[in-house]
Amino acid sequence: MANTPAVNAKSGYWQSLVNDWGADREVFKLSWGKLMMWIFLLSDTFIFSVFLIGYMNVRMSATDSWPLTSEVFALHVGGADIPLLLIAIMTFILITSSGTMAMAVNCAYQRNKAATFKLMIATAILGASFVGMQVFEWSKLILDEGVRPWSNPMGAAQFGSAFFMITGFHGVHVSIGVIYLTVVAFKVLRGHYDERGFQIVEITGLYWHFVDLVWVFIFAFFYLW
Amino acid sequence: MTHIAIADQTAHLHHPKTFIGKYIWSQDHKVIAIQYSVTAIFVGLIALLLSVLMRLQLGFPGQFNFISPDAYLQFVTMHGMIMVIYLLTALLLGGFGNYLIPLMVGTRDMVFPYLNMLSYWFYLVSVIVLMSSFFVTGGPTGAGWTLYPPQSILAGTPGSGSGIVLMLLSLAIFIVAFTMGGLNYVTTIFQARTRGMTLMRMPLTIWGILTATILGLLAFPALLVSAIMMLFDALLGTSFFMPAIVSLGEPLNHEGGSPILFQHLFWFFGHPEVYIVALPAFGMVSDVLSVHARKNIFGYRMMVWAIVVIGGLSFVVWAHHMYVSGMNPYFGFFFATTTLIIAVPTAIKVYNWVLTLWLGNIHLTVPMLFAIGFIFTFTHGGLSGLFLGNVVVDLPLSDTFFVVAHFHMVMGVSPIMVLFAALYHWFPLVSGKQLHTGLGKLHFWGTFLGTYAIYLPMHYLGFLGVPRRYYALGDTSFIPESAHVLNEDITIAAIIVALFQLVFVVNVIWTLRSGPRSVRNPWGVASLEWHTPDVPPAHGNWGDALPTVHRWAYDYSVPGAKHDFIPQHVAEENVEYEAGGRRVGEGE
Repeated sequence: MANTPAVNAKSGYWQSLVNDWGADREVFKLSWGKLMMWIFLLSDTFIFSVFLIGYMNVRMSATDSWPLTSEVFALHVGGADIPLLLIAIMTFILITSSGTMAMAVNCAYQRNKAATFKLMIATAILGASFVGMQVFEWSKLILDEGVRPWSNPMGAAQFGSAFFMITGFHGVHVSIGVIYLTVVAFKVLRGHYDERGFQIVEITGLYWHFVDLVWVFIFAFFYLW
Repeated sequence: MTHIAIADQTAHLHHPKTFIGKYIWSQDHKVIAIQYSVTAIFVGLIALLLSVLMRLQLGFPGQFNFISPDAYLQFVTMHGMIMVIYLLTALLLGGFGNYLIPLMVGTRDMVFPYLNMLSYWFYLVSVIVLMSSFFVTGGPTGAGWTLYPPQSILAGTPGSGSGIVLMLLSLAIFIVAFTMGGLNYVTTIFQARTRGMTLMRMPLTIWGILTATILGLLAFPALLVSAIMMLFDALLGTSFFMPAIVSLGEPLNHEGGSPILFQHLFWFFGHPEVYIVALPAFGMVSDVLSVHARKNIFGYRMMVWAIVVIGGLSFVVWAHHMYVSGMNPYFGFFFATTTLIIAVPTAIKVYNWVLTLWLGNIHLTVPMLFAIGFIFTFTHGGLSGLFLGNVVVDLPLSDTFFVVAHFHMVMGVSPIMVLFAALYHWFPLVSGKQLHTGLGKLHFWGTFLGTYAIYLPMHYLGFLGVPRRYYALGDTSFIPESAHVLNEDITIAAIIVALFQLVFVVNVIWTLRSGPRSVRNPWGVASLEWHTPDVPPAHGNWGDALPTVHRWAYDYSVPGAKHDFIPQHVAEENVEYEAGGRRVGEGE
């Protein structure tokens, strides 16, 4: 076979590289579950990328003017409109939840089940409050501003279409994450992973950090632009 | 590594006790593969019937009253979508991928058997949703398999009500099913190979399936998102893909959307989809050619790189499907260039297949006939692709029968040839019985010659300018009378080819019912899947211990060796050599 010393001595850099990389039984030093989550997230990245590219495209093709997001997403607090206040709080909450998630992973590998449980539940509560604020934001847009997926009194109908579609799809991801976190947290507490190890917490964390990262992009491209 | 040991344990396998657990809600990759294959072949036969009905209308316009213009468009659409997604993708990856991956790389099952089971059941639901569109008001969608908006969801297109909605829903469910299966395939191939099975010792079948699955995981998202957006356009009245339109004098409630966006998204999925179908076929045909020519595959490493490079390039060529949609000339130049570059790795593969046959000990078995037939059909389809890849040649040929002939040769007939080669080749492994050779050869010659009778004249019709998807040509000055005669001939050939597929169905049923038991490994294959303790492989595949792999999958006719093939799991010290024969250190 190709990886005998005689062949390797003659073969070039690329061939040696391929031999080294392919010679192992495992391509990545990862467990099955973790690799599967990474591949899934790669696929999911493409989904969100296509959503955002589609949004950018309809924003260009829309014939009506695009509403000013800093005004649409302003909160009236203390007699003044503060632009993007709610979104700032939501973003802060979600990024904080990534912090608690990372701490949960750390505690899990230290086999500190009680702390892991508390931190995961804290993450889930932060996620749930994010979804709650999103519901508030949606209801404000729908009831107060009259924005619908198919129409928008402030300008291009595509604003509402893209907004509800993308934040909705992301909100579903967060909600699934909250359920996922809660289930795993209770299983951790019950000792379900005592023997097989606590890697599941890290895998859950991968998903959660991904959902946060996607939000950063949605925030940048939809709200700030 | 702690997790390597998992592959050796049988504890994580699901051990079913009941009939339902074994054959219905089964988590065994082999049962799931058979479920996938039977379902896919069943819908494939429906799609075949649709194509015959469509050809009846084209060959004998006005003769068959039950084929209305609406029905014709629905037949065209459903034929295309079923063949591409629900037959080819499902059978190649869900069927052969599921069956062969664990056996060829030496694992007991997929790494996530439960997810694998869900994958099949989601696929079945997607098929049922699709089929239900035949029974709703307005029937299935007739928008063409590309489903271009705005026409696909506007009144006037058949099935623009529930038909298109069910189609999009079905596609979304299919994508979920594919993702669950695909995650399994990739993780299994990357992480669960048996001892000694390095990446560069894997059979090319596995390389093809691996690359195709990765393409699918990255390309299907574009289809999923465009399906969601179009569902919103159809159901909620959004305008993602809908520009301002006046329909029957009435302005519609849409404006500002971009139909071209859908085309870009669709083809960003659609072109990789061609290779999702082609790459597993490339891999399987390489293995079949090598086995039946009793010769190692020529240029194994280059074959692997060609698969990987084709997979990568397939993501940067999509707009060559959209030359007539209009684009910046520089984009046309870019996409024509990338398209033609794909010809290089593809040609490497064709040369290597031919060079594998060169001086080989060719056994003209039924699988081999289909594999050699594939080289012909694929070369022809590929060469007409070189024409269509150029913008200036594509513009006049676009939407003519030339395009129909091209893609049917390259991604219709060719993968089907490989599928038949694979079905005849692996049938003894799956069932323990060998399909009847005489019926198989009859099936091959009918199919091979018949497809040429269908598609060669179609190229000519395309040059004449006969448009595709038209219900009837009517009296047109630029289409001569001879074209109509040719259309009749094509239809007759199509009916004959369709009837020849019944030979295969009869062959399968007869063999399963009363065929003799096959010998173990009747073709003398070196790769792992034929060397399980039981044939057909039992649950868990490998008995007490996983095999250890000592060589690549192509040690055929090794000089000096006593037998004409050396199985992958035979160590060098156990290889028998002829007395006085030359002892060759390595198989390559």
